[in-house]
Amino acid sequence: MIALNHISKVYGNGTVALQDMNLAIAQSQLIGLVGPSGCGKSTVLRLVAGLSQKSSGTIEWGMDREVKKLAYVFQDAALMPWANVRENVRLPLKLSGMSKRTAATRVQQAIELVGLSGFERSYPRELSGGMKMRVSIARALVTQPNILLMDEPFGALDEITRSKLNSDLLNLWQQQRWTVIFVTHNIYEAVYLSNRVIVMAARPGRAIADIAIEVPYPRTEAFRTSSLYNKYCREVSERLAEAMEERQEVRGETQNIF
Amino acid sequence: MKRKTSSKRSKKRSLSANVIAPVLVGILAFVLWDVFVRVTGMPPYLLPGPLLVLQTLIADWNDLFSALLVTVQITVVAFVTAAVSGLLISVLFTQSQWIERSFYPYAVILQTTPIVAIAPLIIIWLKNNTFAALVVCAWIVAFFPIVSNTTLGLNSVDRNLLNLFQLYKASRWQTLLYLRLPAALPYFLGGLRISGGLALIGAVVAEFVAGTGGARSGIAYSILISSYNLQIPRMFAALFLTTGLGVTIFVGLSVLSEWLLRHWHESAIKEDW
Repeated sequence: MIALNHISKVYGNGTVALQDMNLAIAQSQLIGLVGPSGCGKSTVLRLVAGLSQKSSGTIEWGMDREVKKLAYVFQDAALMPWANVRENVRLPLKLSGMSKRTAATRVQQAIELVGLSGFERSYPRELSGGMKMRVSIARALVTQPNILLMDEPFGALDEITRSKLNSDLLNLWQQQRWTVIFVTHNIYEAVYLSNRVIVMAARPGRAIADIAIEVPYPRTEAFRTSSLYNKYCREVSERLAEAMEERQEVRGETQNIF
Repeated sequence: MKRKTSSKRSKKRSLSANVIAPVLVGILAFVLWDVFVRVTGMPPYLLPGPLLVLQTLIADWNDLFSALLVTVQITVVAFVTAAVSGLLISVLFTQSQWIERSFYPYAVILQTTPIVAIAPLIIIWLKNNTFAALVVCAWIVAFFPIVSNTTLGLNSVDRNLLNLFQLYKASRWQTLLYLRLPAALPYFLGGLRISGGLALIGAVVAEFVAGTGGARSGIAYSILISSYNLQIPRMFAALFLTTGLGVTIFVGLSVLSEWLLRHWHESAIKEDW
């Protein structure tokens, strides 16, 4: 449904963020994107979202422009500190010109969906990190998107909050069946959530492995301690190690040259 | 709820400490001043004692207070004009790099030219309307901090929020109204606090330069005339009124700023949650 074909991204200063990146994502798939920092994971999201322009290659959409509805969840919650939870969640609808009254039901639904009922009037500074992320997710869901782009959304959270949000996200995804690209540097999170884990290498950024996690949903807490889960984690981590090694070699070569 | 009450209580306690400490210093200073004047037998035309100043203030209250009101008028009009024009200019600056590049240096030039040097010119140009001339002088001094602060604020918006607005295809107007202006509010208020004091200084300097007497002369003119006539106690009384006005402006703007930012800005957060 989304196909990235031979995508390259070169920044103005000559940095090659992505080179010949290929990725095909079927509808309602949850794709985990892992890789070392600087491998262009976030760049993939930004290109898909249209927030930056690709240098070459094509992005194909297996859907009409009308149907395509993107939502983006940023690494930090990126909330407006001057607005309460309800106003933050309402923002995308407000920008599309929807009246406050029409928006009210959808805003309330989105807030309930992420489990923040009762906090509608709270301001961001009164919320914990996990709750801020929930607001950010509610703001993404309020437009009823079919594609959800998540850029290390739980990266700054503690482990307990993170695993709670992971299972809540999976529950929501099973209800709503968005297509999700989930960027993370956490192998365990990627394996637990994804249909497929894409491992990326840096300099230049590209996909080096595509590992299908063939475990049916709903994935229970028991899955997290199963040997199958461990097997997948080991596999991803080995491929990630390869990605890192490759970089070491490249660095070694350049050192030899000098 | 429990937390809230305890935070209120600790706020009250720190507030009273914040008031008591400077008041004690003030009283001490007055006592030392009084003792100094009495011991050295300093004549009142060089340094009047604090009690004499107070007596003069009470005796000349009607004169001095109506003069103060004139200065208040000049300051307030100049300040409000500076706030509005400063905000508009900053918005204009952030809408186009070219406008900012072309005009910002002139805003700096206007700011760095000493007001004492250009005040006579402005007073000559507006000789039929001294009030307007004084307002213009005070405005020139007051508007720059607002422009520079607000421009900085409008440009320092969270990048992710900007991306979000871009993603949802927000218009330039929506981005300004819902993102840039609220994000700039703390900076704007910081600018207001600086320029409130500067508006008063500008008004005082302009009154000194204009030197106009008559019914509509301000408190700075009273200071000037008192010093000519060697009415030093009266000069001190007028000086205290001016200082009081400056402090009132500052405190008022601080309270306003804290109230507007009570929900969200770090500077307004008293206690860690």
